[in-house]
Amino acid sequence: MTPGASPDLDLLRSVATSVRRSIVTTIHHAGAGHIGGPLSATDLLCVLYFHELRIDPANPSWPDRDRFIFSKGHSSIALYATLAERGYIPRAELLTFDQLDSRLQGHPDMRETPGVDMSTGSLGQGLSPGLGMALAAKLTKKDYRTYVMIGDGESQEGQIWEASMVAARYRVDNLVAILDWNGLQQYGWAEAGKQPEERMNPLEDPAGKWRAFGWHVIELDGHDLRAIVAALDEARSITGRPTMLIAHTVKGKGVSFMEGDYLWHAKPITDEELALALAELQV
Amino acid sequence: MTSGAGVGVEIPLRVAFGEALVELGDVNDRVVVLDGDLGNATRVDMFADAHPGRFLQMGIAEQNMAGVAAGLATTGLIPFVTTFAAFATNRDLDQIRVTIGQTKLHAIVIGGYSGILTSRTGKTHQAIEDLAVFRTMPNMTVLAPADATETRKATFAAAEEVPGPVYMRLTRDASPVLFGDAHDFSVGRGVVMRRGSDVALISTGVQTFRTARAAELLEAEGVSVHHLHLHTIKPLDEAAVVEAAATGAVVTCEDHSIIGGLGGAVAEVLSEQRPTLLRRVGVRDVNIESAPNEALLEKHGLTPRHIVVAAKQILGTW
Repeated sequence: MTPGASPDLDLLRSVATSVRRSIVTTIHHAGAGHIGGPLSATDLLCVLYFHELRIDPANPSWPDRDRFIFSKGHSSIALYATLAERGYIPRAELLTFDQLDSRLQGHPDMRETPGVDMSTGSLGQGLSPGLGMALAAKLTKKDYRTYVMIGDGESQEGQIWEASMVAARYRVDNLVAILDWNGLQQYGWAEAGKQPEERMNPLEDPAGKWRAFGWHVIELDGHDLRAIVAALDEARSITGRPTMLIAHTVKGKGVSFMEGDYLWHAKPITDEELALALAELQV
Repeated sequence: MTSGAGVGVEIPLRVAFGEALVELGDVNDRVVVLDGDLGNATRVDMFADAHPGRFLQMGIAEQNMAGVAAGLATTGLIPFVTTFAAFATNRDLDQIRVTIGQTKLHAIVIGGYSGILTSRTGKTHQAIEDLAVFRTMPNMTVLAPADATETRKATFAAAEEVPGPVYMRLTRDASPVLFGDAHDFSVGRGVVMRRGSDVALISTGVQTFRTARAAELLEAEGVSVHHLHLHTIKPLDEAAVVEAAATGAVVTCEDHSIIGGLGGAVAEVLSEQRPTLLRRVGVRDVNIESAPNEALLEKHGLTPRHIVVAAKQILGTW
């Protein structure tokens, strides 16, 4: 759990599977919720929370901690499951997700959940506060780093690109963005010559776009734990520019019948589907 | 020149704000100013010159600016988000709502060039809905100072007294200084400008100086006027509003839409607590236009004479 140290890949693999089990179990219990996006983000979240971030679960508001913003806030259950795995909240509390008076709101609320550094949910907004935190570190001469995970769907919002331009202008090399590029969104576009259920998010060449906006860009497989660690290591070595990790991911990753199907963006999980999913998600 | 240097002198609120921000920056090193490329209009250029290390040019991108402010505020810095009121209200409203309002972060949103007097820019740049919009946002304190003195005091209070998010509207053109440095400014507390018994005029922002003139005109005709100035639209000084309604007739006066702003807020309080005949002087439900100030004030009914007429109408003497 030290940045730059050799990763404990066995631990990361085991944690990621455990988080995926929490995700499907919680959404099954809640009777509704986002599922595909949380599963595509899981490996990235686990490497952040169990290897990269300088954090202290016993002191969530530690001023010198690294910051993490989950801009694709509708995937909140992935963040909550990771925070529970890391000891910020009791794992049993996950079952309160989306219930009245729960600290685990449908979208992350920094005033409710320990370890949540910024409220998100209205898409496209997370990178800007991340830039603010990175600028604050520069202004106050602190060495914490700020990480923001965005989705490819929310990259349709203009604010992402406003933030991108200003971040490059201020050369915030203490800011890392991660694109969870799973290629699907809630409904998306039909594509000529494809089946009606193969709707997609046609984000073209995000790497080229972010490079053109002045960022250092690394493309990687967002489910390859070693590659994620390596990319975060590389980001830490970059000076004078923010870094964007373009993570190729699969929506619904880890549960075969959910993978790559936009209909699993958000829907209830039946008892039978839960059993099938948990059978696939074995440590 | 220090603002508040003499009652009666005319000083634009934006100038008073720029000077106050420099002073604030001198004594509070947590203050950071974000500019949406309007610094030489909002006058945060003064802060940029005095404290360049804490001035952040965000470019013409208000949504990002609001979010950056939220991120800065999480670390204990005190960001001022500065742009025109029309853009602060409309261009980045969701960003303010989600990352500043709902998070209760201590960030201060400055709406410069509020109201209809925006230097011949017309309806795209005129802000007649900012008070109404921000008043409905939970956790938000909403300020509309009347003059340079209040602007300076409100700037310090917003940064050092109010714990959560603040919206403050300012104006472009010179308006008279009404209060001396000893003026007792307290967020959430109304200012009784004059006590009287026939009719109450309740005003906010720089419309207060035009309302004070209307009060003088009415008094000259033998009407006893109670004049209440509310520099804080939220939290509203409800007790002062109810007290003013003891006159039995109330006129609200604002350089803002009559829907949802001061007039709306006063109507809500009186309807629930002391039903009183009310007239609202402000912008009707129309878009404005670009024209010289005096022509706009006359056409859209914001002059002292219009306030006098409204008072007489409600008293049945017109």
